[in-house]
Order: sequence, then C-alpha cells, then structure tokens
Amino acid sequence: MVPESYYLALSAVLFAIGVMGVVVRRNPLVIFMSIELALNAANLALVAFGHRHGSPDGQALVFFVMAVAAAEVAVGLAIIVVIFRVRHRLSVDDLSLMRW
Amino acid sequence: MTAAVAFGLIALIVVGAALGLVLKRNPIHGALFLVVNLGGIAALYLTLGAEFLAAAQVIVYAGAIMVLFVFAIMVLIPGKEETGPDPRRRYRLVAVPVGAALLVELTLIVARRGAAPPGPAVPGGVETIGRLLFTNYLFPFELTSLLLLAAMVGVMLLAKRT
Repeated sequence: MVPESYYLALSAVLFAIGVMGVVVRRNPLVIFMSIELALNAANLALVAFGHRHGSPDGQALVFFVMAVAAAEVAVGLAIIVVIFRVRHRLSVDDLSLMRW
Repeated sequence: MTAAVAFGLIALIVVGAALGLVLKRNPIHGALFLVVNLGGIAALYLTLGAEFLAAAQVIVYAGAIMVLFVFAIMVLIPGKEETGPDPRRRYRLVAVPVGAALLVELTLIVARRGAAPPGPAVPGGVETIGRLLFTNYLFPFELTSLLLLAAMVGVMLLAKRT
C-alpha cells in the first residue's frame, strides 16, 4: 500500500506545474488547461485525504468539483471565443482593458 | 510492492504529461498531453479505491471537457500566437523561482505531517457515492444541476452572434 503522503506530494508537484503554466503561457486556452491541471491536483489531494480518513466524503466533494469545472470550462471557452471574435488575436498580453 | 511500482510509473507519466502541457508551444499538443495526464489521474483514483471517480474522470474530463477544448483550439487556430519574442520575458522568468518556492512549501507541509498509520478501507463504488450524494449532499447536488443549467444558458447567450 502506497502511503497517502506520496499522493499528496504528487498533487503538490502537479499543482505547482499548473500554477507555473498559468503564469508562463500567453495563450488563454493553454492557461485554461493549466487551471484544469491545478484543479485535478486538488482533486487528487481530496481523494487521498478521504482515503486517509476512511470516508467517502472526499470523493463526493471531487464529484462536485468536476461538475463545477465542466460549467467553468464551458463558460470560459465561450468567453475566449467571444474575445477572439472581437480582437482576432489570442494573447493575454493584449487583454489589459480591465487593468487598473 | 506492485502497488508502489504502479504508483511510481503512473506518477512519472502524469508529471511528464503535465510538463508537456506547460512546455509545448502548440496548444493541440498541450491538449493531448492533458488527456494523458487526466487518464493517469483516473488510474491514481483507481489505486485509491475510488472506482466511481475514475470512471467519472474519464467520461467528464477526458471525454467531455477535452473535446470542448480541442473544439475551441480548432475553431480559434491560435497555433502561431506564441511564436516570436516574448515582450514580457523578464516577468515570466520570475515564474520559475516562484513556482519552485510554491512546490517547496507544499512539499514541506506534506513532509512535516510525517507518515500516518493507514486508515480503514474506503468504499468507492457507485452505491456508496450515490447514497452519499442523495442524502448528506442532496442540497449541493441540486444546486449543481442549477449551476449547470445556468452555465448552459450563459454559454448560448455568449456564443450567439449578434
């Protein structure tokens, strides 16, 4: 049996990679995919914690995270498509309209 | 022993795919790497005894969400967006030490807890999760359906050409 702390360490690595993807990449689609990566790392940690405590609640929580992520991806991609329609370019460096 | 080897292999695949997503310039390659990553995480769920989540992960993430991503990439064709010099290279390079610091912090938190004795086995089948969702988590479950409906209506509104 692999101890849960290994899963948590793997989750930490994945989360860090996802955060770096969000910061480093310029394409909003790739940034979005990196967010999904970080979300999945959090899910993995949740399942590992649930496994540790012997309760299925962590898995129920992950179920809800999946549903919210699906809604989030749908809305986010629609927003990206609309931005592309207006600007004809896709780079987060151009999207400084709401910057203070 | 077998479990440890399996975990190590899957962890290697998952981390490699995650790095591929972040480092590859072509977003389609990134999407395919992400599919591999999500499949690996589904396998990790299986090793943790969460069969229902593993199936849901493959269906919802690797199936529905990634198809949506690939669709969006195909429609927008942003393949050439990240070529050429980066105008904000200096700031982006800061991401590497910041990400490394985050990783160190997270692993420190995990390591400080130390190894704990293994807990009791968790039932991860459809029956357990379904029972839990329709008793303790009934209200959030119904809220989720409302959220999905709102997302659907919102996406239609956004995507409509005016």
